[in-house]
Amino acid sequence: MNMKHLLPILCLFFSINSHAVVTGEMIMVRSSEAFPETMANLQTAISSKGYTLSRVQRVDVGLNAKGYKTDKYRVVFFGKGEQIQQLASQYPQLIPYLPLKIAIYAEGENTILTSANPAVFMDMFNTPALKPTFDLWLKDITEILNTVQNSN
Amino acid sequence: MQFISLHRTLFTCLLLSGGLLSTSGYAADRGEALFAQNCAICHGTDGTGGMGAQLASQTFLESASEQYLRTTIHLGRPGRIMPSFYWMPESDIDEIISFIGNWRTTPARVWPDDVIDGDAAAGKKLFMGYCASCHGKDAGGGIGTGMHFSRPTNLPITAPALNNQGLLNAMPDHMLRHMIQQKRTNSLMPSAAQLGLNTQQVNNIISYVRSFQQKDLKKQALYSEEPASLIVDSPYTFEETVANIKRSITGSNFVHIRDQALTEGFNVEEVKGSRQLIIYFCNFNFLYGALKIDPRVGMFLPCRITVTEKDGHVQMMSINPKHLSQLFNNDELNESCDEMHEVYLNILEDASL
Repeated sequence: MNMKHLLPILCLFFSINSHAVVTGEMIMVRSSEAFPETMANLQTAISSKGYTLSRVQRVDVGLNAKGYKTDKYRVVFFGKGEQIQQLASQYPQLIPYLPLKIAIYAEGENTILTSANPAVFMDMFNTPALKPTFDLWLKDITEILNTVQNSN
Repeated sequence: MQFISLHRTLFTCLLLSGGLLSTSGYAADRGEALFAQNCAICHGTDGTGGMGAQLASQTFLESASEQYLRTTIHLGRPGRIMPSFYWMPESDIDEIISFIGNWRTTPARVWPDDVIDGDAAAGKKLFMGYCASCHGKDAGGGIGTGMHFSRPTNLPITAPALNNQGLLNAMPDHMLRHMIQQKRTNSLMPSAAQLGLNTQQVNNIISYVRSFQQKDLKKQALYSEEPASLIVDSPYTFEETVANIKRSITGSNFVHIRDQALTEGFNVEEVKGSRQLIIYFCNFNFLYGALKIDPRVGMFLPCRITVTEKDGHVQMMSINPKHLSQLFNNDELNESCDEMHEVYLNILEDASL
């Protein structure tokens, strides 16, 4: 077997190693790290892709304060300020979906991260001019989640 | 040239020593990687369950044939969270099944495909008497899809929806009969013998359950005619609209959490003549209920309405939960999404009156 034949096998082998699940409508990963470590990894991964983390919604804290028992559950908001401004101006129907979000929650000793697949937005809004933006978001979110998963 | 050739040889040896020398080792790694990539998110890395069922359970594996697993992966469970992996090559599905097979302590069964002969009418009476209390009168399954937020994985599984087309297409009659007749661990379901049912009665129940199977699997249209966003014009000023929304939120038994400019936290200058304010609100009981049905729903939480103003034109906008409900493949969530859709509409209409 020469290198010409070996390379595709190698590419395939490494390409399936611990990647985010993109099952059409959702992008999801399971991290074998506990919640605090995974949250830290997520924030680092978001920043390293050039996004600003604008807020962390502490859903579990709100629920616990009202007497509902839950494990850790947060929603991380992030984006690029100028892009959000531009999209809000040109495509106001997108505003309810901005900034981007990743839900992160504990499941026992593991942590699960979930985001809507931005490719779905293409079907939702049917605006061809937005396709490059949605494609880039899909690529970036997938890479962010892969980075978090591979930080284990 | 010799130098380059030597390096090529060394490089190739290095790669081969990295685990590719053994074809079986490569296949096992590939199956494990595919499982980690596609299944572990719900079923757990070691198959001990989580949001999805425990696949490493011997009770489950003892019944589940490879063909059952293959069809289940291919079709999923429409409306019951498990997605269809229709896009996955057969060879990859086989690798996953092979990996799951590593957890078996006994060889996988091969079930015959022939139809078990029974009296569906008699089976219906038996089903209503013995099965419906857990599996539902319409065979639509127990309450909850099994995907509970932080649900302990050692809890008994939720009674499956026996009318689900994914299940009916995956599970042959003989496997169904085996599952009814055997007492299984980690399941509340008694065996047929414990219920005093003989083989003919079990066959009748199977014929009734099989009557739910449709000839053709209809692929559900993913997106309805519902718009992705709810947008309503406001006849009031920006400030008046914000006040109206807050009043309407309280009147709808929701709690106002906070206000936030759309670009808050992004360190960008405001654009003159344009502003967007997000009003966050919540009903914690509703939120808790929704997360229990499907923890992924947090992607669209907390509830929010954004008030926008551009060149003096004020609008209110929100997500459309009715549209988004289709993303989850979770029929049970549809009711909550419909309810939330009504809440959003009421608040938007009330605030614009």
